[in-house]
Amino acid sequence: MLEISNLTHTYGSGPSAHNALGGIDLNVSEGELVCIVGPSGCGKSTLLRSIAGLLRPTGGQVVLNGAPVAQTPDDLAVVFQDYSRSLFPWMSVADNISLPLRRKGEGRKQRARSAMEALEQVGLAGAADKYPWELSGGMQQRVSIARALAYRPALMLMDEPFGSVDAQTREDLEDLTLRVRGHHNMTILLITHDIDESVYVGDRVVVLSKAPARIVGDLRVDLPGPRDQINTREHPDFVRLRAEVGRLVRGMRTSPASAS
Amino acid sequence: MKHSAPASPKSSGTSPGGSPSGLRGVARAVSRLWLVPVALVLWEIGTRAADTPYFPSPTTIAVKMREMWLNGPASRLWLSDLALENFPPSLARLFAGWALAGVAGIVLGVMLGRSVLLARFVDPLVHFGRAIPPPMLLPLLIPLMSIGTQMQLTTIVFGVIWPVLLNTVDGARYVDRQHMETARVFGLSWGQRLWRVILPSSTPKIFAGLRLSLSLALILMVISELVGSTNGIGFQLRAAERAFDPPALWGAIVVLGLLGYVLNLAFFAIERRVLSWHRAAKQTT
Amino acid sequence: MTRQAVLGNRVLCGALGVAGLLLVMEAAGRAELVDPTVLPLTSTILTRVAELAVDEEFLVNVGATMTAWGLGLLLTVAVTVPLGLLLGSLPRLETAVRPLIEFLRPIPSVALIPLAILIFPDRLDLKIAVIFYASCWPVLINTMYGLQDVDPVAKETLRSFGFGPLAVLWRVSLPSTAPFIATGVRLAGGIALILAISAELLAGGSDGIGAYVIKAGSSPDGLEFIIAATMWAGILGVVTNSLFIGAERRLFRWHTARAGVTG
Ligand SMILES: Nc1ncnc2c1ncn2[C@@H]1O[C@H](COP(=O)(O)OP(=O)(O)OP(=O)(O)O)[C@@H](O)[C@H]1O
Ligand SMILES: [Mg+2]
Repeated sequence: MLEISNLTHTYGSGPSAHNALGGIDLNVSEGELVCIVGPSGCGKSTLLRSIAGLLRPTGGQVVLNGAPVAQTPDDLAVVFQDYSRSLFPWMSVADNISLPLRRKGEGRKQRARSAMEALEQVGLAGAADKYPWELSGGMQQRVSIARALAYRPALMLMDEPFGSVDAQTREDLEDLTLRVRGHHNMTILLITHDIDESVYVGDRVVVLSKAPARIVGDLRVDLPGPRDQINTREHPDFVRLRAEVGRLVRGMRTSPASAS
Repeated sequence: MKHSAPASPKSSGTSPGGSPSGLRGVARAVSRLWLVPVALVLWEIGTRAADTPYFPSPTTIAVKMREMWLNGPASRLWLSDLALENFPPSLARLFAGWALAGVAGIVLGVMLGRSVLLARFVDPLVHFGRAIPPPMLLPLLIPLMSIGTQMQLTTIVFGVIWPVLLNTVDGARYVDRQHMETARVFGLSWGQRLWRVILPSSTPKIFAGLRLSLSLALILMVISELVGSTNGIGFQLRAAERAFDPPALWGAIVVLGLLGYVLNLAFFAIERRVLSWHRAAKQTT
Repeated sequence: MTRQAVLGNRVLCGALGVAGLLLVMEAAGRAELVDPTVLPLTSTILTRVAELAVDEEFLVNVGATMTAWGLGLLLTVAVTVPLGLLLGSLPRLETAVRPLIEFLRPIPSVALIPLAILIFPDRLDLKIAVIFYASCWPVLINTMYGLQDVDPVAKETLRSFGFGPLAVLWRVSLPSTAPFIATGVRLAGGIALILAISAELLAGGSDGIGAYVIKAGSSPDGLEFIIAATMWAGILGVVTNSLFIGAERRLFRWHTARAGVTG
């Protein structure tokens, strides 16, 4: 459903130009959950913003369901890295979630119902009338996930969605992601720099190099389902994949055995 | 309750008088300031076309200003007698009032800022005093002091002390706890604490207050001269109104506007210098 | 323990402070330390203050001042906020207009009153015009400043859901600028009162608190009434300012709660 071909992006021009993306080719098929890992500052967010149509890349193109992305596509939702800044502090949690639904032309009642459903999914049914800033970091992040879920996008982009929450919450949110993708038929692109996480949640792990970012690895994750935090993480395949991704991220060549 | 900072222009860099180095500087100034001459030309064309007595053209105003204030000898910078009679008293009132209010505001502000108890007793009085529109004092003071410098100074001081006072209270109250504790640990005397810790760390706030006060002082200087004075720029303004002389009226407004502009620039220059010293000092100690 | 309770209570301390000052002034007057023709007895002034509260003529004048004040502020907000939003959203226009603003803003607003007296025969128009000129600056500057402060991530969030630029302005930029606009309007409110009263003092044939005071000046015990009217002007200032602050706290709880601002 998503085809990215030879995508490049350079910030600025002249001597201070920064080449963030150095030619990315990537295909994602319907229903896949692809994790993108890469060192900090390599251009992961830049890639995501190009896919979302928030940024016009300097080269290459992104095709979503057969149409090139020029503006923000309709069937897409983003969970931003900076969740606390992406929730509107002047709106209640429920209003935050239902605001984007206006674009889908849903009526007031329908919007409220969708918001409530999404909040229940993320386990925050009681927080509907609170304001974002009255919630903890992890709860805020769940709200921004709920907002994306309520929108029922065909493609969900998540930019380090669990970056700034504690370990326990992080595991909960990882499992939440695995659960909701089972409910909705969604394609998910999840950016992270946590290698464990990428292997644990992903069907596929795509590894980016240091800037300018290129794809240096694309591994299929075939772990027995359903995944759970303890058993999956002890599974020999998990351990092997994790080491593999780790090597790739650190810029070492892949061992011939696992190149697929 | 604070005099909020956003009201300050963030464009200290727009000083047109700065000496730009080389062609790039000139180009930058042009790209930034091109609308000013355009606006002047439009003003000229518009007023000529409209041709009403209330809106004389800028050239008419300039000619009038020249003949009023700039027909003196070169040795006096061409300033006329009229200018020398009226400009210095206005400036003296402005600066004297501002300086008095500044000193008083800082002293009282430090006291209130450091003594929670005192502040608690005086708070309502301060807020009430601040809320009185200062021009209300003029009809009150004129019978008491009669027209003159004393009454004008009182009006200015009363009107402009509040921003300094409230900002100083704020600055003095919220001195970094760690700084105060350090001072105590090393046994600094009360005076040392005041001079070395409290005042320096309140300086940015105090300056914010002084800046607000300065533009307020200009306003109050004008109103006090408009209502009760026998000289000064405000007095000339009033005289021009009574004589139905719009060009002179506009001339006085232009002079006051220029004065305000120059005061702003000068204040920014001083503030930047003082506060950069402040920053540097903070880094080295 | 009771001492602790007294000193810990802000309202009580404040009231004690006010009462103390009034008592000292009254005592000074009674002891003839202060010439009563210079400063009338506090008790006399307080009586006058109370009298003015039910004095029809005075109330009509207060109404006139506050009408000009309210209309002037309304006009300011109606014109300046959209202008500020426009300038803030178009950076190139803003850079072009900035120097004009920097030249016009320092003109002391009261200096325009004599000119306005000539131009506007109607006294209400005159007051509204000078109030507008003086109070548009804080509103304009705060609107533009607030707009710069809008979080780009918040704007991008809405864009990512496919909303257009106008929707972003309406749903993100305006609400998150609103607290700054409100601060600007509150500052403008104080300035507007100064301008209204200045205009009333200067323009003959006007009505309002300023005009009332001038008229009172010509009566024998005028000083008492002038002081009492000044007290009322202060009370009006305190009340309007507190109303603004209260409204800001209620409406923009999200802003203060987040920024950790108190008071
Ligand atoms: N608007 C911009 N202008 C100029 N340079 C930018 C801009 N945004 C990002 N960059 C630069 O591009 C590079 C890639 O940024 P990007 O945000 O895509 O990295 P990232 O992989 O998401 O990093 P992180 O892991 O820290 O989120 C960085 O070096 C950054 O400094
Ligand atoms: Mg990023």
